[in-house]
Amino acid sequence: MTETSETRELPFKLPGNIQFDPERGARMFTRHGHTGFLGMEYVTHGEDWMELALPWREDLVGVEETGVLASGPIISLLDNATSMAVWTKLGTFSPQVTLDLRIDYMRAAAPGKTVIARAECYQVRRSMAFVRGVAHDGDPDDPVAHTAGIFMMLGSQEWTRA
Amino acid sequence: MSEFRLPPYARAMGMEIDHIEDGVPIIGMDFADRTQGRPGFLHGGAIGGLLEMAAHAALRAELDRQGNESRMKPINITIDYLRGGVQERTYARGEVLRAGRRVANVRVEAWQGDRAKLVASSWMNFLLAPPNEA
Repeated sequence: MTETSETRELPFKLPGNIQFDPERGARMFTRHGHTGFLGMEYVTHGEDWMELALPWREDLVGVEETGVLASGPIISLLDNATSMAVWTKLGTFSPQVTLDLRIDYMRAAAPGKTVIARAECYQVRRSMAFVRGVAHDGDPDDPVAHTAGIFMMLGSQEWTRA
Repeated sequence: MSEFRLPPYARAMGMEIDHIEDGVPIIGMDFADRTQGRPGFLHGGAIGGLLEMAAHAALRAELDRQGNESRMKPINITIDYLRGGVQERTYARGEVLRAGRRVANVRVEAWQGDRAKLVASSWMNFLLAPPNEA
């Protein structure tokens, strides 16, 4: 983390890397823990991007009177989509943690509608991966939220240590 | 006065008002499978959701003190993740730095056992909308 040179080009090796199949990986990750609880689903992916969906659910509502989805689940959706975009670009499952995430809320998601997040990893370095993404509820040109973030790449042992 | 009440999402995630500190609700959330990201650690989104809830709660409390019934609409949030959230209860508290006529700026921090060791620090901006507007 104290390195100042981040110019090394891909491909590079981190210890313990394993192949990341974007579709299988996304389907697996969205079954467990927080993502499983929220009911996230894999939609599609490209070379350096991932698309995930979050179907509307009554217990994820943030404003009871209107039925608008809370923004917390949208943070989670964008966090996961951006994180998986990094693995998709790398082609390997490289341990990483979120360093920072910024989310701009354009408008509230329409009640009852599934929210789709499309995220891309536009640059990856040895220690950091740079991501951005958009969440919408049907029309990508009328987004609900935009995000930009940075992930820290870790050694495989660091991932499961505090 | 519109007292702050945790919405369905917060209740489903196990968030609750832990206690009130200088008039500001401290939101607590226990570790559970539903909050877990990488094995053994809190999910960044669960931390984000907790931070936002604490920001909402702190701002509502401040607006109530002012007798201001404006609705709070999130504009944006910037989250710095400082250390992994372990399998412990997590707390978050918001500090309203400014609640103006149209915009409110709230600083929010989350911690676990040791309050000096923050799990996350964030900044959230809100648009204040008149209570009667649909």
